Amino acid sequence: MKTIPLAIIGAGPAGIAAALTAARHGLKPVVFDEQPAPGGQIYRALESTPLRDPELLGQDYWHGRSLIEALRRESVDYRPGHMVWQLTRDGEIGVLAGDTAALIRAERIVLATGAQERPFPVPGWTLPGVMGAGAAQVLLKTSGVVAQAPMVLAGSGPLLYLVAVQYLRAGAKVAAILETTSKENRRLALAHIGGAIRGWRYLKKGAELLRELKRAGVRHERHVVALRAEGDETLTGVGWRTADRPDDWQHCEATTLLLHHGVVPNVQMTRALGGAHDWSEQQLCWRPRRDAFGRSDIENFFIAGDGGGIGGARAAQLQGELAALAALESLGHIDGPTLAREAAPARRKLDAELVVRPFLDALYRPGDSWRRPDDDVVVCRCEEISAGEIRRVAKLGCAGPNQMKSFTRCGMGPCQGRLCGLTVSEILAAENDQSLEQTGYYRLRPPFKPITLGQLASAAGGAPEAPARNETETAS
Amino acid sequence: MFAYLKRPEEGRTVTIEYEGRKLIARAGDTVAAALLASGIDRFRSTPVSQSPRGPWCMMGACFDCLLEIDGVPNRQGCQVTVVEGMTVRSQQGARRVSP
Repeated sequence: MKTIPLAIIGAGPAGIAAALTAARHGLKPVVFDEQPAPGGQIYRALESTPLRDPELLGQDYWHGRSLIEALRRESVDYRPGHMVWQLTRDGEIGVLAGDTAALIRAERIVLATGAQERPFPVPGWTLPGVMGAGAAQVLLKTSGVVAQAPMVLAGSGPLLYLVAVQYLRAGAKVAAILETTSKENRRLALAHIGGAIRGWRYLKKGAELLRELKRAGVRHERHVVALRAEGDETLTGVGWRTADRPDDWQHCEATTLLLHHGVVPNVQMTRALGGAHDWSEQQLCWRPRRDAFGRSDIENFFIAGDGGGIGGARAAQLQGELAALAALESLGHIDGPTLAREAAPARRKLDAELVVRPFLDALYRPGDSWRRPDDDVVVCRCEEISAGEIRRVAKLGCAGPNQMKSFTRCGMGPCQGRLCGLTVSEILAAENDQSLEQTGYYRLRPPFKPITLGQLASAAGGAPEAPARNETETAS
Repeated sequence: MFAYLKRPEEGRTVTIEYEGRKLIARAGDTVAAALLASGIDRFRSTPVSQSPRGPWCMMGACFDCLLEIDGVPNRQGCQVTVVEGMTVRSQQGARRVSP
């Protein structure tokens, strides 16, 4: 098996910054990216988006241009369309490109696998027409594809406003925004106002987005406390209740409903590697343990970007730099004083970048009833297990998500718990009156995504190096 | 229901077949984006209850956009790029096991 010094998994801001840092120090890293082009989700399709007018997607999107251009220019072995299906603690990486699988070993690995949207289980959320707000952004960025009216956005967080504004700028319509941010959250967030003021750029941007929505006259319902997607075979409408009228279901027609309750780290790989994870009460998610440089508790593994806790794109970029520097130092490629000297400015900028987070996390924290839905709501989309079934099994004495798998198959479908894991842990913890740490999370194992036996076999016996292809294929 | 903001420019399109119907997609689009842009939002039915599903995440996490593409079932429509002449079918229930 071929051994390389440094592999980076993911090519969002963290992965690209890590690769550029290594290249600047004369070490050519290999970047495995599942997507067909660099940028991750935030700078997705930046090189090819049909929306070339910089006003449409906004400055924060086009910030990625310099990163992506540098990645193309510098000495980096960038491999798009390469899905990592296996990782071992010895640094063995299984990758699939097209139908060809290959194994390669890396002495150091930077995991820059980013975030995904938090599960948003409400009645009807499995209906065609109901999607994550992030999905709508992907469609807009990559293909210039937009939802036809009537489209409704629901949830909370900056991305909700951003998607609405991007739609308006592109000439598409937003029928309503149903905001779930509570009055209580506004009060609690005030405790962190100091950080918010120091991170004023984010507040300014949020205020500008809200002004733009108001100017456009978009219907904006606040303090929504319950929500349901309506329809039989496909979405036809949305119902909701507000704190001010808690007994009345209000309705509107909708053929698309976009849901958003923030993003959470993608922990599939750090979990499968058996790394330590801590429950973050501030961000309501698991965070793989890492130090200030991104060094994981798994030897020779580093974690950069939102995969280690949500900090946003700019923070991810800085964390990518830091993780690469730490990896280079542990390889003996740079010495300790060089690490300290080069890391100092990035650390300072990172602190400034993260100062606004406690405010944002408090303000946009989804309330308990959103995270632990009513009994009739489907939690595991793959195996179609309801919250009520999870509670029933908890009452039988099932203490954790892994035992529950064998009772119900919850979490055993193709998404491997990505869409139900957080909800399941939170429901079980509440039912059993125990902490999230005591409850734990799914034990994950490779393959991280389904791979066919034929593809797997191609990795055996010194298969030729997988060719770079401009697409990813992950057949059953 | 989704649609292209602007119809893809001529010469930069790809034609695929979905359930016997010809669809025009923008070159570089994923299969899931191409289907959505043609007004298709129901991609499959689930193995457990045969309930209808379409894409949820568009980034490879949810596996709700599973389709049969060029005869291979269980492929993530949001992770496969359209190719001229590609044949795509809706997936009903569990995947078929090849004989």
